[in-house]
Amino acid sequence: MEMAFVQNFPFFSIILALFSGPLGSIFGGKNARRICYAVVAIIGILSAAIFGYTIATGQAYTYAMGHFTAPWGNEIRIGVLEAGMATFFCVIMLLSLIAGQAERERVLEGAKMNLYYIMTGLLLSSLLALIYTNDLFTAYVFVEINTISACGLIMIRQNGRTLAAGTRYMVMSLLGSGMFLLGICYLYDITGHLLMSNIRESVVELARTGQYNTSLIVAIGLMSVGLAVKCAQYPFHAWLPDAYGYSTLSSSCILSSLVSKGYIFILIKIFYRVLGLDQVIQSAVLNVLFALGIVGMIMGSISAIREKDVYRMVAYSSVAQIGYIFMGIGVGTVEALIAAIYHILFHAATKSLLFIATNGLCLASDRHREFKYLSGAGARNKLAGVAFIVGSLSMIGIPMFAGFTSKILFASVAMAEPDKMFWMLVALAISTILNTVYFFKTVLRIYTPKEGTRFKEDVGRVIKMGDQKAMSVAMIALCILNVALGLGARGIIDLIRMGLEMFG
Amino acid sequence: MIGSAFITNFDEVVSVLLFGIGFGNLLLQKNLVKKIIGFNIMDSAIYLFLALKGYIAGLKAPIVVDGVQSVNAYINPIPSGLVLTGIVVSVSVSALMLALTIRLYRDFHTLDLDEISTMLEKEGV
Repeated sequence: MEMAFVQNFPFFSIILALFSGPLGSIFGGKNARRICYAVVAIIGILSAAIFGYTIATGQAYTYAMGHFTAPWGNEIRIGVLEAGMATFFCVIMLLSLIAGQAERERVLEGAKMNLYYIMTGLLLSSLLALIYTNDLFTAYVFVEINTISACGLIMIRQNGRTLAAGTRYMVMSLLGSGMFLLGICYLYDITGHLLMSNIRESVVELARTGQYNTSLIVAIGLMSVGLAVKCAQYPFHAWLPDAYGYSTLSSSCILSSLVSKGYIFILIKIFYRVLGLDQVIQSAVLNVLFALGIVGMIMGSISAIREKDVYRMVAYSSVAQIGYIFMGIGVGTVEALIAAIYHILFHAATKSLLFIATNGLCLASDRHREFKYLSGAGARNKLAGVAFIVGSLSMIGIPMFAGFTSKILFASVAMAEPDKMFWMLVALAISTILNTVYFFKTVLRIYTPKEGTRFKEDVGRVIKMGDQKAMSVAMIALCILNVALGLGARGIIDLIRMGLEMFG
Repeated sequence: MIGSAFITNFDEVVSVLLFGIGFGNLLLQKNLVKKIIGFNIMDSAIYLFLALKGYIAGLKAPIVVDGVQSVNAYINPIPSGLVLTGIVVSVSVSALMLALTIRLYRDFHTLDLDEISTMLEKEGV
């Protein structure tokens, strides 16, 4: 078949992201930043072109990396879901970088800045590689690159908290990747392949003959628990609040919205493309993920309620949202996977918005992060207040916003699953109530003046939209993205469904 | 029955045991340096497992010396390649972890992560 030029774009994007960092550090200074932004934007456009192309052709294609063909060579595989995810990730990443620019320039010295852009370049290339790759061992290597660059983003702002959080993150991640790698080795040994499609053929054959059943279950268990540990699924989340709460703004946004999502995407890929859902459902590993997800949804929210620091509260809410996604994966039907993937999009858009808004609120309160100082912050920084409300409403699941669709999807999934219906509905209800408690607590706080003082003057300073141009742009864009995800839900769900059909 | 499976797969059992030892150390040790040693044991165990799986008794390493011989003369080279890639990954991760440990030790004069956390709580930074 004649190859269209667009088909090269995924490869270009990965390479471009990989080289953007070193290139930026050669030029240094402002040019490093410009190169980084330009590269993320270009990759976003390239990914959008691939997205359009795959929708038009209606089928996924494989792209050989190097000259060796299928069972021997390395390849990437691109369909609607992959290309759409890549485009979306680029948008979120660009907005997060833009929003954190002022803060980054304040807290990082010159040389660190170059390092920051190298890390973001590496992170983006590893995310793209995780999204596109069709080879399990390549996936492992890029999982590690992702971990290392994420650790760099956490501790680039060097205070005790981030260093300790970075170390904890590394320890947890290494445990996870150890299990993941051992799982891959098991699978390689019983199937003899590393390319996902070839493994699938062998797995089907093994399932038919009933050979190596135990080994297969062990491999599935190791890979899914390993990735769950890396995603900070409850109870493996101890590093998360400090890591998200004390690093720079862009890092918090990128870590919470993208890094864990890359691991989840590869997990979905393993379940759907490598092993096949039937195989995974039989292994009962899904039930473990389901249970962990449910517990995470509730425990994450409870921790968020008990938190006195607004950043850490938003960070803990991520634990709960990861729980939602794992609950969806744990149900194991196509509908549930669609809900989980939609939740990935929703959470990425909302959590970065919330982090940016929180940062704006803290800036208006003399950079204090505890709730007691935030009184009236929503009036001092109007846009951040509105953005926080939009984020909160979306998280709680008010119609029109993305969070509502996601909850409806999960609820309808629950209706179709008699065994799991009770637990899912109860967890959804409790988690929604808990979400409401801690987000509305904050919203009320930021619009209530401190007792005995006039509204605007008790603490902090007034910030107008013009004082924080970059952040304002990012907040407005993310608000729009949130509403767009909510209102355009039907189209997006159809695209996800189409993507999943090409995925297997 | 199970006993005989253990004997026939003796090498694999050893590597999985080593994996467990490394994993346990990485998870449970308080001392950061011991954690890193645990990590290295864990990863080496995986490489041992992979190398075992690629080895075919009595055959040679797949290095072509006097012309390519028949396929039956060599062991499977792919696991060896994977081990090499894996070693590169774990070396870089170990380097990063050691660098982090040095930074933490300079700042807090201890290698115990929990102790560092308590110090941070007290400081209230």
